[in-house]
Amino acid sequence: MRGRIVALIALALLIVFPLEVKDAYYRHLMILVLMWMTIGTGWNVLAGYTGQVSFGAAAFFGVGAYTAGIISFKLGISAWWGMVLGGVACAIIAVPFGMITFPLRGAYFALGSLALGEIFRHIAIIWESLTEGMVGILIMQTFVSKLPYYYIALALAAASVLCVELVARSRLGYYFVSIREDQDAAASIGINTTRFKMISMTIHAVMTGLAGALYMNYMGFIDPEVVFSLHDISIMAILVGIVGGVGTIFGPLVGAFIMVAVQEVFRTAGFGTMKALSQFLGWNFLETLTKYIGMAHVLAFGVLVVVVIMVLPNGLVGDWKKLRRLFIRG
Amino acid sequence: MALLELQSVSKNFGGLRAVDEVSFQVEPGEIFGLIGPNGSGKTTIFNLINHFYPVSGGRVIFNGQDITGLKTHQICQRGIGRTFQVVKPLKRMSVIDNIIASAFLRHRSMGAARRAAEESMEFCALTHYAKQLARSLPIASRKRLEIARALATQPKLLLLDETAAGLNPSELDEAIELIKQIRESGITVIIVEHIMKVIMTISDRIHAINHGQTIAEGSPGEVARDPKVIEAYLGEETHAQSRGN
Amino acid sequence: MEVFLQTLVAGVLKGGLYALIGMGMTLIMGVMGIINLAHGQMMMVAMYLTYVCFHYLGIDPYLALLISMPGLFLLGVAVQRFTLNPLLKVESLLPENQVLMTVGVGMVLTEICRFIFTSNYLSAKTGYSDDTFFIGGISFSVALTIAFLFAALLTAAMFWFLIKTDLGRSIRAVSQDEEAAALMGVNPARMRTLTMGLGASLVAAAGTLLLPIYYLFPDIGGPFTRRAFVITILGGLGSTVGAIFGGITLGLAEAMGATYIGMDFEEMVGLVIFILVLLFLPGGFKRLTKV
Repeated sequence: MRGRIVALIALALLIVFPLEVKDAYYRHLMILVLMWMTIGTGWNVLAGYTGQVSFGAAAFFGVGAYTAGIISFKLGISAWWGMVLGGVACAIIAVPFGMITFPLRGAYFALGSLALGEIFRHIAIIWESLTEGMVGILIMQTFVSKLPYYYIALALAAASVLCVELVARSRLGYYFVSIREDQDAAASIGINTTRFKMISMTIHAVMTGLAGALYMNYMGFIDPEVVFSLHDISIMAILVGIVGGVGTIFGPLVGAFIMVAVQEVFRTAGFGTMKALSQFLGWNFLETLTKYIGMAHVLAFGVLVVVVIMVLPNGLVGDWKKLRRLFIRG
Repeated sequence: MALLELQSVSKNFGGLRAVDEVSFQVEPGEIFGLIGPNGSGKTTIFNLINHFYPVSGGRVIFNGQDITGLKTHQICQRGIGRTFQVVKPLKRMSVIDNIIASAFLRHRSMGAARRAAEESMEFCALTHYAKQLARSLPIASRKRLEIARALATQPKLLLLDETAAGLNPSELDEAIELIKQIRESGITVIIVEHIMKVIMTISDRIHAINHGQTIAEGSPGEVARDPKVIEAYLGEETHAQSRGN
Repeated sequence: MEVFLQTLVAGVLKGGLYALIGMGMTLIMGVMGIINLAHGQMMMVAMYLTYVCFHYLGIDPYLALLISMPGLFLLGVAVQRFTLNPLLKVESLLPENQVLMTVGVGMVLTEICRFIFTSNYLSAKTGYSDDTFFIGGISFSVALTIAFLFAALLTAAMFWFLIKTDLGRSIRAVSQDEEAAALMGVNPARMRTLTMGLGASLVAAAGTLLLPIYYLFPDIGGPFTRRAFVITILGGLGSTVGAIFGGITLGLAEAMGATYIGMDFEEMVGLVIFILVLLFLPGGFKRLTKV
């Protein structure tokens, strides 16, 4: 019950946010956060609930983005229709993706999904007649202001969360978790593990694909290195999931927020506070330090991964009780 | 008509013939025991009925239909439930959730599944454990959870694999009681057991195997007196004695 | 015909180096059961180390083997002790934490090198880097051939170590049955750390040998990590012999792909082979040799 209230308050804050904050930069950040909430939630369904840790989320993000982009670029149809088609395309792609990877267990599934994601990236680079290759796709953006994009992203994120909530408490949710806990036992109580893993994969694929299509619409430009990126999409999705907390509903939401924040804090060296501080104090070395911190944001990412996995393997939400004990005692 | 019939079922693992042309029939309503020394192939036979492994030869007929090629979940849907020798609880789910997951096979709605799960829990005396995580249960309760979960799929035939292993004497008596009650509720039971006391007391008929082959079949008394059975077990006992047991 | 032979030669020679990469990873996988997704990044570190030796200390790359191999051995040991061993005690929903941890380690290594060396493409061209010699009309790259010879030497040394020495046998014991090995007095934790070091030093050798004929930049690790696990799966988990076959096969496949299909397909070839093997030959080459 308490969780429900917190969620509603958060939703209210999110709805009101862009009306209060007009700065394009912060709006942009929040749009990214919302996008990652969607992707993280989708990944969580497959990995957290069903126990299939995919390293290939980029495959679906890219397919969604390119479907929207190609429809708009080649056929002149609005890229928003592309969003619908992107979801459909991902649902279709999920089938061979699943059929290839599901016979694989554990770490092999991780590797197989990683390899598939990379294959998609290479296909996008090579199949120039379809995707324009490394040149990428550039389309006219529908809206000038960020506001409509924000609300669409919010709607997508909210819909994803709602979907997962419904699934978690339904037969589907029970079946997913049973598969995660013990696939053989699940089969023995009548669960068609292949079919339900595929359903889980499809949910993940569609959510990720829709986020990709949204990205295409919002940014106006994509290329294979960006949308099919192993580190920036697939691994980021995993980080969002594990930092927040795998197998929980709020985990990916918290994770999205933190990961985008961390990324920005480092990229801008504390949103420029370091720079301001150095000017205020007249200490030159602080300014150099700022430059280095800015360059080191991916390093920080890597360190974050290492630290989080060691200390909070179940994420912020998952290890919440552990975290509280840490603070209460110390 | 027999509820379950194995016709010359065999299983090879590479060069090892784990099960060699085993045939038997199980009548509806009986408790059918499968005994044999360690490694004789008892659990493998269960794994073949359940299609955990495909058979290398022979057929499995259930309720008059050939189920040899069906997948594990389909076999469960047809009405065969099983427990595992090394129990497989869904560890990070609560006891009641474990059983609800199972009940969803026959009930579509959450409410109906929950009610069915509660019934199954009560039947197996697990109600006070309802909200506890499955992995925190003691071994005897875990075994009952295995059974409760299998029962929630409303099986016509229940395969119990070494349910009694690791239980102390009073837990053993409770287990025997539970199995009798299962039979009374109309479910046919095949029980694989290594502990003589259990299987001799409750089985109607017993099938003995050794090295994957049938060596005897009949009533508990008949099988207990069968020289081949005695040799199979005695041979094992002598082995145990020579190791200083 | 000549093109074919040329491609064959190039493929096999490169394959020898790939075998080194694969052997390191398969050892790690076999003994510790973890997939080291930082493998290629470790190779990158070795390459930077070699570069520094070459450009600032004037040490010939092949001599630098004596520095890069022990250096990476220590790095591997450190990674194992400080980031991977602690994970064994941690309980989490997802068992893939170890894999993720190596991803994190890989990222840290890449970014530290980018920090120090920037993203520029670097190279270490020696006097003979671009030399070739001819046998019957087929050109052989001097540097690649020397690299292949070194690789063969190191492979032989590794086999001798694993089969003839006590330490090597202990490592193999742990990879086959950790509990049994422990009961016989082998310290599995020590063996794991040792293996990680060994695996790292093997891939370091590959990197050092590769530097004269390749170029170097921080992101070079990724594709090599992928090649490493393709080779490992091809050859069969934990099989060092398999890794040799896997390495040469991949080298050949890439060369053929580059020559007959197109340069862009070089990496794709490996990935496609990977998927095919996972699907149709799950045990890798090792499977084929068992009846």
